[in-house]
Amino acid sequence: MTDLQFGGRFATAIDCDVHCAVPNVKALYPYLSEYWLDFMADGGHPSLEANYYPARSPLAARPEARIAGKPAGSDRELLAKHTLDATGASRAILNCLYATQVLYNNYWAAAMTTALNDWIAAEWLGKENRFSASIVVTLEDPAEAVKEIERRAADPRFVQVLIPARSKMPLGRNHYWPIYEAAARHKLPVCLHAGGGVGNPPMPVGWPSFYVEEYLAVAQGFQAQLVSLLTEGVFTKFPDLKVVFAESGFTWLPALMWRLDKNWKGLRREIPWIDRLPSQIIRDHLLLTIQPLDEPSELRRLAETIEQLESDQLLLFSSDYPHWQYDEEGPLPLQLPPEVEENVLRANARRIYRFHA
Amino acid sequence: MLEDPARQQTQRRRTQQPFIDCDIHNYMASDEVMLRYLDPRWHHHHKTYGHRSHSVLAFHGAPYPRLAGVGKRKDAAPPSGLTAGADFDFFRSHHLDAHPIEYGILNCLSRAGDQLYDEYDAALARAVNDWQLEVWLKPEDRLRGSIVIPYENGDLSAEEIDRVGSEPRNVQILLKPRTREPLGRRRYWPIYEAAVRNKLPVAVHFGGYSLNPISSSGWPSFYIEDHTNMAQVFQSHLISWICEGVFERFPELRIVIVEGGFAWLPSLMWRMDKHIKRLADEVPHVTRRPSDLVREHIRFTSQPMEEPPNAKFLEQIIEHFESDEILMFATDYPHWDYDNPELALARLPPQMKRKIFIENARKFYGLPARLD
Repeated sequence: MTDLQFGGRFATAIDCDVHCAVPNVKALYPYLSEYWLDFMADGGHPSLEANYYPARSPLAARPEARIAGKPAGSDRELLAKHTLDATGASRAILNCLYATQVLYNNYWAAAMTTALNDWIAAEWLGKENRFSASIVVTLEDPAEAVKEIERRAADPRFVQVLIPARSKMPLGRNHYWPIYEAAARHKLPVCLHAGGGVGNPPMPVGWPSFYVEEYLAVAQGFQAQLVSLLTEGVFTKFPDLKVVFAESGFTWLPALMWRLDKNWKGLRREIPWIDRLPSQIIRDHLLLTIQPLDEPSELRRLAETIEQLESDQLLLFSSDYPHWQYDEEGPLPLQLPPEVEENVLRANARRIYRFHA
Repeated sequence: MLEDPARQQTQRRRTQQPFIDCDIHNYMASDEVMLRYLDPRWHHHHKTYGHRSHSVLAFHGAPYPRLAGVGKRKDAAPPSGLTAGADFDFFRSHHLDAHPIEYGILNCLSRAGDQLYDEYDAALARAVNDWQLEVWLKPEDRLRGSIVIPYENGDLSAEEIDRVGSEPRNVQILLKPRTREPLGRRRYWPIYEAAVRNKLPVAVHFGGYSLNPISSSGWPSFYIEDHTNMAQVFQSHLISWICEGVFERFPELRIVIVEGGFAWLPSLMWRMDKHIKRLADEVPHVTRRPSDLVREHIRFTSQPMEEPPNAKFLEQIIEHFESDEILMFATDYPHWDYDNPELALARLPPQMKRKIFIENARKFYGLPARLD
């Protein structure tokens, strides 16, 4: 398949969701202590590749991103060629989904996660200046997550904190607040990316038969996390915190904001710390990446949904590379008004992220 | 000058758009009533062990107290002292006579359906259906009923549907969405077979108790979350019905989503159309575009309607359905989040409003016109 051409429209854009992949778990070994090296050897060198995308399914990788014998996204030069050179984007934010975050052994999770960030810094950020990256943290052990944030915060190449969208408990619960405190203190957004899952069924009605159902249900999981972050008062407690939803879809947001606003009017004495309309708070704190973009029969309808967000500061350009989300129509198939498009492609990202020179 | 309230009411009925109320709630006045309709085989069990479901609390069914007058409109509490919705005469005068209601569809929210013991669950369902027919449907010709079933057991559900499905006052089958498994899975297919056999639609109404947390990240803290997230429960079932090929398997099956919201539907249809196309080889039994299947097989009641700040957005959402037959009006009387028929959807074009308020439900349920 030939590479897609976009005619300069995405020149200097910032791609806010790109996935670099660990080629093999042994790539992390230079960053592990003797104890964990021994642990890995005795455990048979287990791969920590996540099961979020069955590797051979069409969604897992665009045809041109597939590499024989290695995971898509594991070749740095190919990834840079596809996400930066081909589109003209000036910067890509790397969200590495290697599943060190969701291991049940918190000590192991912390060691592997630190190694993963060391590897990202050395093999990706150290070798291509147009990459920024997310600090991967262990979600279910907030104390370790905070340590990892402190370890990376001074490195401007790391621009946000990455956690999986599915957690043991809803993310608004105060168990997770130390992560938000540390992120806000360092002015780092917290990015929830599709993935995770540590026991709870992927749907509120249990386990579906098919992978496609689980992937579709990602949007429902994000909705519940937003409801939790809002109602538990995370945005009230951390007024400077920005939260980014990546690979979440966004067309569900207007309906959810209207439902929440209506319910808040009827039930707000249950959550007295929420003292204004939920939709207003959401618009002050939340951003969402555009891919995967849902597919209406007419693009006019998508434009109307974007208008229903009532803010042009909520969307972030993304390709979701190497996942196969679009073809010739490209990552942003509809034409937006120029100032809206500038916000989506560049300005919204610059507003919330610190980027190194 | 103050108007006479009775005259006001008469005037209101003349100018108000007549409607079919697709979601109203009747309640049993007490456990004594239940015992009168419960087969004697179950009296001892009901009194001694009673309800056992996934909820832990013994005396309060809901793990999240409904901080809204126990979930009911305060003015719907009858002078008799019974709980709102339990006093037939007051229900009739306070709701059915107060508005130009052509028909009202009763969705009785009992504890049938979420019991762990299937046979007891089926006994509760039989009792509710018999009580409802005798006490509500037969005395009041505007009312139509929904058949309560022990929905976690497909065979027992089919038995109950076949037992009372030919009664013309029963117009649909009722489930609650907090199920053990996604509703497209095989364990629920006997329900759909019986529904098609009896030419009845299946209604899924807000609520129930499940072992599955209401989010894919566990249990939230608050009722406002539980209530808001119920929309995602319905979304999950839609995904399941489509991806399991239920509508290809049961081409005459019709579903109505009750009290789940509707503004999220375009988003979900677009998401399903996109990803099921990409991953079609996993679900080859899905032979048609998901959004087309939704439009052909699924209807939504309007309450609690999402209320965008700009009325234009609501019209956009309805246009995004690409069908003007999807929505059917409901008030949810006597619950706290009741939508007032005099205020709800007031700014829609009259023809669209008429379809939503009365014509779509007439067609869907096959109810003859009585009011105009």
